[in-house]
Amino acid sequence: MPEVLKAPLVVEFPFTRSLGPVQSAFLTGLRERVVLGVKTRDGRTLVPPVEYDPVTAEEIRDLVEVAPTGTVTTWAWNHEPRRDQPLDTPFAWVLVRLDGADTALLHALDAPGPDSVHTGMRVRVRWAQERAGAITDIACFEPYDGEPAEPAGHSGEFDDAVTGIVAAARLDYTYSPGRAQSAYINALSDRRTVGERCPSCRKVYVPPRGACPTCGVATSEQVEVGPGGTVTTFCVVNIKAKNLDIEVPYVYAHIALDGAGLALHGRIGGIPYDQVRMGLRVEPVWTEGARYPDHYRPTGEPDADYDTYKELP
Amino acid sequence: MTRHAPATARDIAVVAFAQTDHRRTSDDLSEVEMLMPVLHEVLDLTGLRTADIGFTCSGSSDYLAGRAFSFTLALDGVGAWPPISESHVEMDGAWALYEAWTKLLTGDADTALVYAYGKSSPGPLRDVLTRQLDPYYVAPLWPDSVALAALQAQALIDAGDTDESALAAIAARSRSDATANPHAQLRGPVPQGAPLVRPLRTGDCPPIGDGAAAVILAAGERARELCARPAWIRGVDHRIEAHSLGVRDLTDSPSARLAAERAGAFERPVDTAELHAPFTSQEVVLRKALRLDDAVRVNPSGGALAANPVMAAGLVRIGEAAARIHRGDSDRALAHATSGPCLQQNLVAVLEGDPR
Amino acid sequence: MSKEPVAVVGIGQTKHVSARRDVSIAGLVREAARRALDDAELTWADVDAVVIGKAPDFFEGVMMPELYLADALGAVGKPMLRVHTAGSVGGSTALVAASLVAARVHGTVLTLAFEKQSESNAMWGLSLPIPFQQPLLAGAGGFFAPHVRAYMRRSGAPDTIGSLVAYKDRRNALKNPYAHLHEHDITLEKVQASPMLWDPIRYSETCPSSDGACAMILTDRAGAARSPRPPAWMHGGAMRSEPTLFAGKDAVSPQAGKDCAADVYRQAGISDPRRDIDAVEMYVPFSWYEPMWLENLGFAAEGEGWKLTEAGATELDGDLPVNMSGGVLSTNPIGASGMIRFAEAALQVRGQAGEHQVDGARRALGHAYGGGSQFFSMWLVGAAPPQT
Repeated sequence: MPEVLKAPLVVEFPFTRSLGPVQSAFLTGLRERVVLGVKTRDGRTLVPPVEYDPVTAEEIRDLVEVAPTGTVTTWAWNHEPRRDQPLDTPFAWVLVRLDGADTALLHALDAPGPDSVHTGMRVRVRWAQERAGAITDIACFEPYDGEPAEPAGHSGEFDDAVTGIVAAARLDYTYSPGRAQSAYINALSDRRTVGERCPSCRKVYVPPRGACPTCGVATSEQVEVGPGGTVTTFCVVNIKAKNLDIEVPYVYAHIALDGAGLALHGRIGGIPYDQVRMGLRVEPVWTEGARYPDHYRPTGEPDADYDTYKELP
Repeated sequence: MTRHAPATARDIAVVAFAQTDHRRTSDDLSEVEMLMPVLHEVLDLTGLRTADIGFTCSGSSDYLAGRAFSFTLALDGVGAWPPISESHVEMDGAWALYEAWTKLLTGDADTALVYAYGKSSPGPLRDVLTRQLDPYYVAPLWPDSVALAALQAQALIDAGDTDESALAAIAARSRSDATANPHAQLRGPVPQGAPLVRPLRTGDCPPIGDGAAAVILAAGERARELCARPAWIRGVDHRIEAHSLGVRDLTDSPSARLAAERAGAFERPVDTAELHAPFTSQEVVLRKALRLDDAVRVNPSGGALAANPVMAAGLVRIGEAAARIHRGDSDRALAHATSGPCLQQNLVAVLEGDPR
Repeated sequence: MSKEPVAVVGIGQTKHVSARRDVSIAGLVREAARRALDDAELTWADVDAVVIGKAPDFFEGVMMPELYLADALGAVGKPMLRVHTAGSVGGSTALVAASLVAARVHGTVLTLAFEKQSESNAMWGLSLPIPFQQPLLAGAGGFFAPHVRAYMRRSGAPDTIGSLVAYKDRRNALKNPYAHLHEHDITLEKVQASPMLWDPIRYSETCPSSDGACAMILTDRAGAARSPRPPAWMHGGAMRSEPTLFAGKDAVSPQAGKDCAADVYRQAGISDPRRDIDAVEMYVPFSWYEPMWLENLGFAAEGEGWKLTEAGATELDGDLPVNMSGGVLSTNPIGASGMIRFAEAALQVRGQAGEHQVDGARRALGHAYGGGSQFFSMWLVGAAPPQT
C-alpha cells in the first residue's frame, strides 16, 4: 500500500472581539497603567473584573481601582516558553492577588529562576512599552519588595475607551486524510479517478472516505471510474469567490462520473455558461501539475436521460 | 436533596464497551477509519446492529481535528441509513453518555450507542487547549494545559496536600496498573523525567495520543438480554464551576463533590473508581473531593496517565468501570470525567452489578 | 412510565444585527437568557441546568465556549451541556433540554443557542484550507443552488417562486422587532431585480450573517402551573440524521427530514399536517427551501409545494403561515437559527408573537436542519397541554 499522505494545515485568523463595558474599562485602564477591579454586591473585589458574579450570577458594573502590586498565590516554572506566550525566556506562570483585590489574575512573572519564586512573594506589574488596551499591556510581573502601591481611586471612566481587541490565533496542525483518501489522491496524480466499492451494497464511492456511509462498513475494493460523466445538476456562479482566480460567470456542477454511485463537484468549461444543462456529458480537462481536473468539458455525446442520473446526488 | 435519579426512573445499564488501542499517532487512518472498528466491536458484543439502536450520541471536538463539522464524517462509520435518531455534544463522550441516559429515561429509546473519538496528534495539543480559556484576558497569553495543571499542583503542595514524591507514586502506580491494559499507551516503568512545567514532571502528565471508545446502554430487561452482568447506572450527574482560575480554590473540586453527591456516590462505599485525572495532582484533588480512601481501587486501567485520548478519555473511564462490573471484578464503581482547565467541569456516574 | 410534559414558559432573543459591537460573547448570550428569565418571571436560582448550543467553535475562535460562559449563564454549581449538530443545533439543543425535563432529571432548564458571527467570518470557518482537498469552488450559496435547480427540474416550479418567498419573509420581518433585516422599502420587483449570485439563487433570496442569541425556559407541569403567562406545551419532538453524502441520497427531499416529521406527527397525533398545524417556522436559508420543505414535511405532495407558496397559503394571513418571524432569510445567527424557529413556534401558540401573531394559532411546528441536508430536528408545540 502506498504511504498515507500528510501535510501542514494552518488554522489562523485575527478574531475581532467586542468587549462590553467592564472588559472595555479594564483593558483601557491597562493602556493608561491603571488596574481596575469590579465590586460584587457582597463587597468582594474581583481582579480581573468580570461582567457577572461567579457566585451569584448577578451583573456587576461597579469598577474600582486596585494597586499594581500584589502577592503570588500559586506559581509554575515554565522551562521552555511556547510561541505567543508573554516572555521568550524561562519564566513563572503566576496567579497574583493584587493589593485591594480578593481574586487572582493569571500572568507571567519574570524571575531569574525557579528558586527565586515562591508562593506569597511580592510582585508588581511591569508595563509593556507600547500599550493598546489588551491583557498584554501588562508585559509581565516582576519581583517587588516595596510597600503596596496606593491606587489613585480611578473612576473607570476613560476618554477614547477601547471597545474591541483583535485576537490573532494561529494553530499549526498536520493533516492526514487517512488510508482511503490517500489512495484516491495518489491515483489522481496519474489522472485516474479511483473510488472504492462497498462490499455490502456494491455502490462505488468517489472520493472514498474509508467507510460506506449507509452500511457502516469499510470499503476497500478499488474501482476506477470515469473519465466521462454526466452533469446531474449545477448552478451559475456570478460572484467571485475569495482566493479563486476564476472569471465569472462560470458553472459549478455536480458530475456523476461513469461507474460512480454519487456525484463529485467541478467547474464546467468549453461551453458558454448559459448552454450548460442537466444531463450534459462531460470529461475532465487536466492542467500540468494540478491535483484535480481544472474543469470538465462537453464530450459531444448526446445528453443522458434524466432517469439515468436523477438519483445520483 | 438526595434524589440522584428520577423517582419513576427505569433502570439503565452499560452493557458493552470497546476502545481502540491508544497510540501516539494514528496518521495512517482518518477519524472514521480509526473509529469504525470500535463501533463494530461494541455492536458485536451485544449482537445488535445499527438499525436496532434507539438513539445514538457522540462526543468530539472540531478544534482537536482542526476542521469545522468534523463529526459529520465520523457518522459515516455508524451506517446511518435508514436515518437514525442521533445527536452530538462538543464535549467528552461521557457527556454524550449523559444525554443518551436521559433519552433512555424518557422511554423514547431502549438502547443507545454512545461513542467518542479524538486525535490529539495532528495539532499542538497544549496550545489547542488554550483556546478554551477566557478569550479576552487569558487566551491571548497562551497558557498551556500543562502550565495550568502545574499552577494547581503547586497550590496543592503549598496547602500540604501532596508533594513531588507522592505525585511520582501516583504516576508509577498508574503505569504499573496499565500493564494489564492492552489498550494503554504508556505501560510499565516510565521515568518521572525532567520538570515540564515545574512542579510537574513529564511523568506527572498524560501521554498525548489518538483513540476512540464506544459504549452501549440499554434499559430494563433489554439490558439483561444483552449482557450477563449489566453495569447499572445508579446515578449520574455533572456540575461546572466558575471559569477563571483566580476565583477558584484549585485544591478542591466542589463540582466533582456535588456531582458525586447527586449521583448517590456517598450513600454506600464503592470498591472501584475510574478517575479522569490527566495529571497526577488532579488525582489528589479528586480523591479528596470524592472521599475515596485507600480501600478503593483507583484507576485499575491506568487511567488517563496511561492513555488520554482527548474527548474520549472520560467515556473510557465509564467504560472501564462498567467492564470491571461485567467481568465481576467490581460490584459498585464510581466513574468520573472532567472537562475544562483544572477540573472546571466534572461528571460522576455510579455503576453497580447485580448481587452475586 | 410516562414522560413528564414539557412547557415553554420563557422566551428571550437579542435584537439580531450584523455585528453586536457593544457586548462581549458573554454579554450577548446573557441578554437573551435574561429576557427569557424575565418572561418566565424567574431568577437564576430557579434554573436547575443549562443546555447550550452553537455551530462550529471556529466561528468565534473559542473552543468549547460554554466553559467560559458558565458564569454569565448562572451555571456555576449546575449541570451544563453543550450540543453541536451543525445547522440544526439550535433545535437539537432545545430537544436535549426538553429531554432533561421529560425524563424528570430536572424541573426547570435554561436552553440557549447563539452565534457571534462578527468575531470572525463564517466562510473562513467553513472553508479552512484542508490539504489535498479541492477548494470549495462556489461559496456558501453554491453548495445549495444546485439542489434548488434539481428541485425546479423535478417539480416544474416557475422560477419566480423563490422571489415570492423572499418577499414574504422580508415583509414578515418588518413585524418582528428582533429580526435582523428590516427592509422597509422592499418590493417584489426589488427582490426580482437583485443580482443573481448563484443562478438560480438571487442576492435577496439568501440569508444574512447575524450576531444573535435565543433562549428558552423549559419546565415541568409544576413549573407551568406557576407561569405568569400562557405556556407553550411540547406535543412532539425528534431528531433524525443521515450520512453527509451517499449513493442514493435525495438532497432535495432527504429521507431523514421525512422520518423526523413523521415521528413528531405520530407523537403529537397529527394525521393531516396541512389541516392540523396552524403555523410553521421552518429553516429556510435560501428562499427555495420553503417549497422544498413544504413537501419534505408533508404539507404538500411531492412536486406541489411551490403551489402553496404561489397561492399565498404561506403568507402571514394564509391558511398555513410559514416563517411569520421573517425566518432565517431575515435573521441568521447560525447556531441560534434553529432555536429561533422553535421559540417562534412557541411564541405563536402562547399568543405572544405580537405583530406577527397568527390569530388563534393552537399548534405550531418548529423545524431546523443542517450539515449536508442531513441533520434534522423538529418540535411541535401547542397551546393546550398534551394528552397523556
